Amino acid sequence: MQLRSWTPSRRETMGLGLTALLAAALAPRLVLATEEAVAAELKKLYGDKPMADGKIKLDLPEIAENGLVVPLNIDVESPMTDGDYVKAVHVFADGNPLPQVVTYRFTPQSGKAAASVRMRLAQTQNVVAVAEMSNGALYTAKAQVKVTIGGCGG
Amino acid sequence: MAIKSKPRIKVPSGAKAGEIIEIKTLISHEMETGQRKDSTGKPIPRAIINRFTASFNGKTFFEADWFTSVSANPYQAFFYKASESGEFTFTWKDDDGSEQTAGAKLTVA
Repeated sequence: MQLRSWTPSRRETMGLGLTALLAAALAPRLVLATEEAVAAELKKLYGDKPMADGKIKLDLPEIAENGLVVPLNIDVESPMTDGDYVKAVHVFADGNPLPQVVTYRFTPQSGKAAASVRMRLAQTQNVVAVAEMSNGALYTAKAQVKVTIGGCGG
Repeated sequence: MAIKSKPRIKVPSGAKAGEIIEIKTLISHEMETGQRKDSTGKPIPRAIINRFTASFNGKTFFEADWFTSVSANPYQAFFYKASESGEFTFTWKDDDGSEQTAGAKLTVA
């Protein structure tokens, strides 16, 4: 597969999904996204801007028995004032058919740059979060979740 | 599948000025990923709620773009810093263009 060497547009990403389906019909396993696919999504969003570790607290189970419903709590450290707040948070799962999970847009009125959601994970993989601050600084965090029963396909 | 059931929301009815309150929402939706196939082997097209918006007195303070990795019957919790009394509006936007909204009142002492 050519998954690794090019940056897919949104339409191509959808096409990729279809390709993955086709591959699944022929092969026993789904073609899943990769770390490179996550990197490509990030490049589309922020170019080659450097990202620092820290500020983000990713609260995820170490082992998820059911990949269909994996709870995610995300909390980004910020005073959330008009001059200094978290603008956006992107969450990716690098082993799902499509890597995007959620994008949050916060405002100072949010009070806290925190949110909880439940997501699907197709297999054991890394969950990656990137936070964009109001001054443009980027932070990232990563956590691995072991999945016993996958949440995709079927 | 279009949105068909009433969303559930948990918001405190009152808060002190400056207090940060948690809001929890839940809506029934299959969040069909577009990755699955039906019994005849045809792909089932994607049908998800792709955007959730929360606003207070008409001003948006929190937005979420949901992708296919979000679980069925999406749950979303988030926060709001109370400053004045008013009303929340929550909007869920479906892939098919339909929208569902829900509201809640907040009294700030």
